[in-house]
Amino acid sequence: MSPQPQAAVGAPLSRVDGRLKVTGRAKYAADHEPEGVVHAVVVDSSVGRGRITGIDTRAAEAQPGVLKVIHHRNAPELPYGPNPGSLNLPGERLRVFQDDQVRFHGQPVAAVVATTLEAAQHAASLVKIDYDAERPATDLTEAPAAGEPRTYARGDAEAALRDAPVRLEMTYRLARTHHNAMELHATVAQWEGERLTLWDKTQWVQSPRDELAANFGIPAANIRVISPFVGGAFGNAARAWPHLTIAALAARETGRPAKLVLTRRQLYFGVGYRPSYEYKVRLGSDRRGRLTAMTHDLRSETSGYETFAERGVIVPGQMLYTTPNVSQTHRTVPLDVNTPTPMRGPGYSTAAFPIESAMDQLAAELGMDPIELRRRNEPENDQSSGRPFSTRRLRECYTVGAREFGWDRRNPKPRSTRDGDWLIGTGMATALYDTLRAPGQASVRLDADGAALVESSTSDMGPGTYTSMTQVAADALGLAVRNVTFRLGDTNMPTAPLHGGSLTMASVGSTVQDGCDKLRQQAIELAVEDARSPLYGVDAGDVVVRGGRLHVRDNPARGETYRQLLTRNNREYLEATGSWTPGQSRSSMFAYGAVFAEVAVDARLGLVRVRRMLGVFDAGRIISPKLADSQAIGAMTGGIGAALLEHTVTDHRDGRIVNANLADYLVPVNADVPDLKAIYVDGRDDEADPLGVKGLGEVVLVGVAPAIANAVFHATGRRVRELPITAESLL
Amino acid sequence: MSTETSESATSPPTQPPSAPSRRTFIATTSVAGGVIAAGGLTAGSSLLGADEAAAADTAPSSRVSLTVNGWRHTVTVDNRTSLLDLLREHFGLTGSKKGCNAGACGACTVMVDGHRVNSCLTLAVRLEGAEVTTVEGLAEGDQLHPLQQAFIDQDAFQCGYCTPGQIVSGVGCIQEGHTGSAEEIREWMSGNICRCGCYVKIVRAVEQATGRK
Repeated sequence: MSPQPQAAVGAPLSRVDGRLKVTGRAKYAADHEPEGVVHAVVVDSSVGRGRITGIDTRAAEAQPGVLKVIHHRNAPELPYGPNPGSLNLPGERLRVFQDDQVRFHGQPVAAVVATTLEAAQHAASLVKIDYDAERPATDLTEAPAAGEPRTYARGDAEAALRDAPVRLEMTYRLARTHHNAMELHATVAQWEGERLTLWDKTQWVQSPRDELAANFGIPAANIRVISPFVGGAFGNAARAWPHLTIAALAARETGRPAKLVLTRRQLYFGVGYRPSYEYKVRLGSDRRGRLTAMTHDLRSETSGYETFAERGVIVPGQMLYTTPNVSQTHRTVPLDVNTPTPMRGPGYSTAAFPIESAMDQLAAELGMDPIELRRRNEPENDQSSGRPFSTRRLRECYTVGAREFGWDRRNPKPRSTRDGDWLIGTGMATALYDTLRAPGQASVRLDADGAALVESSTSDMGPGTYTSMTQVAADALGLAVRNVTFRLGDTNMPTAPLHGGSLTMASVGSTVQDGCDKLRQQAIELAVEDARSPLYGVDAGDVVVRGGRLHVRDNPARGETYRQLLTRNNREYLEATGSWTPGQSRSSMFAYGAVFAEVAVDARLGLVRVRRMLGVFDAGRIISPKLADSQAIGAMTGGIGAALLEHTVTDHRDGRIVNANLADYLVPVNADVPDLKAIYVDGRDDEADPLGVKGLGEVVLVGVAPAIANAVFHATGRRVRELPITAESLL
Repeated sequence: MSTETSESATSPPTQPPSAPSRRTFIATTSVAGGVIAAGGLTAGSSLLGADEAAAADTAPSSRVSLTVNGWRHTVTVDNRTSLLDLLREHFGLTGSKKGCNAGACGACTVMVDGHRVNSCLTLAVRLEGAEVTTVEGLAEGDQLHPLQQAFIDQDAFQCGYCTPGQIVSGVGCIQEGHTGSAEEIREWMSGNICRCGCYVKIVRAVEQATGRK
């Protein structure tokens, strides 16, 4: 096959779905309104642990418009069969309305279904529930761990620490944080006999399909999930949470399509979150800054009914820096809370705060530049596996970042720069995230008029799947972008993997490219074997397609358009199916980055303001530079929240989350965010996937909070080992 | 029991109203039944749908006339209904989004009589005679509002969920003249949360539409 000219990939395209989004015509889950839809509102537990002893629904049912109040005493017994889907965790998932047990504050205990939202909301407030309440355990610092810890060891960390000329020991704490995507989780469920249609907010249409098939005991083939637009998710719409079952139940019990939209408050316990951590680090190094040992002892919260542990949290400690001796334990602590779930940069961004803070502290201890310290510990291969890195341009990230940020102008002495009342400091941190890939399928159809339709059941929660897939397809088909339509978010489309973990571009992108390559090849073969074609007799390998026209690579004048070819051959369309399965790799594959931050800290008030940030990333090839830039800048913005604002406050007396709203759980607003800059270093990773991409949505977040924390230290001389860094911690 | 939709005499429509939802349709046809409410309060609530008529016997409701994107509506509405829910659930104008339903996120921002407001905190029955503009009312046919185009050009959104509120809020920010500097724009656009983190580009988009860039 002749390589196709690349015109769309790498071009700074605006979003192909931009017009729909700026005019309000993009349809998110709750925007769907099937004929006769009714509204379901969840009643959640007002105690943190215990048993329901009484339910009085009379006042609620007396409300005009109320059709049904569903709770454990009248709900049908649901099969809740095993769901082989990969998102299930050890333990037993929450079964809605199947028993009288309350496992956490906010657990769904009833649902009101009414003809209007107003009636359902009001009636939900009238459902009276009595409990036999117990005091819940919700404090990570007090509760014991359960089960066997995950462990890792190489060398003899204890001995190496004993012998290390420089030894540090620190404990870090990370608050629980919530995804808080702008779109509320919403599901519209409609039954037709034993067939169920769901309009759902999801990062993976197969996930709600498989979950509801298992819960209701019906074949997955009976369920169609439609999700063309997702209003942000950051990992939180990967699993099918309990409210999906409630929506389907509400629809089945009333014989009407039912819409269920969780409230903002309910998102704090109705769906997952990034768990809180205690993370203890000990490290040893020689006087020249070469690490000899590092130990990592972690405790993180999970629910009492499922065990969630961030998979990636122990990876950086094993391979980011040359460390001959490593010891790790990760224990999970079951609490009376709902189950956590992956949130952007899962695990890696958790680990980055303690590890990168510790490295910064070591640099200060040694009087060494933090970048120089990292360079001295840059490994030649992946020490956890002995494998070579496919690509690792981290040194380049440091070099470019230091130059663009003006790092050499930095006075290394903490608390050395003032601007009026403000103490000014700069800091940096390293980022990494592993290059995940998964098999997928896509369908491609090229019509005789030269327009192509490409479909795969992936999702677009914001990064720009619609646009980037259109770019890949356009180049592989040799079409202008405007002649390619990419559709996603429907279980009727070919299967795609979870839209998460930064794997979509590598996985679905390679799948789309494969399908389009196949279709282009079909067309070329049709032409070279067609005696009426100007390409008749040409070696198929010598034909390329550009602007919808097939021609000899070295002789553009000899050729014809898709339209001419298909019309002459009486073909209304050509079709192909793309698929891609990642092969076993012999290499260690990660995306990397270096993040730089400048902060100002009010010396008297402890207020921290980020003044500027720069992220430099090695994410392999960049398909869609305009959108990749937005991803990075957006992640820096989110990282400002994690560093300085976001934490969940729980009243441990009853397990209630006190700040379950956007007025008290602070996320960055426009005035919190300065001008931010992102740079992607050039290069592709051909081992990772046919597109040469390494994934970027996660890595761009990972180093942000530690870079800010290190800048706060540089500004103030105070080392805060707890996220978020609040004014109180600096006074 | 009445919903009338007609072109406003004073403000020419920028686009036709969205296709009437079933509820609006029922309500509109019910006008032909000749049931006219007196005194602003009605026994029936036309926006509750056919089989909700009985329910509406006791659901307190009021009659209100308002103009949305240049189209005049007269509706009888449950007194508890917010402007946001009126737009979304009854008028089929789902561009305005519910992000918190508590006035903290700005996803529901619309213009009421030239001022940006959180429609989730605004009771529909308070809007007698009001002129409401939503994101659906900004473009002139196929011609996007300059700020809509600027959002596309600057890539000032990702998931797009806060975007309608950001754009309406940005139009208000420009009209109010709070665009003297990037810092001023940041301040006056801080009532609209974007969790994807597009603030840097939202500021650039407002600057572009203001002609500052």
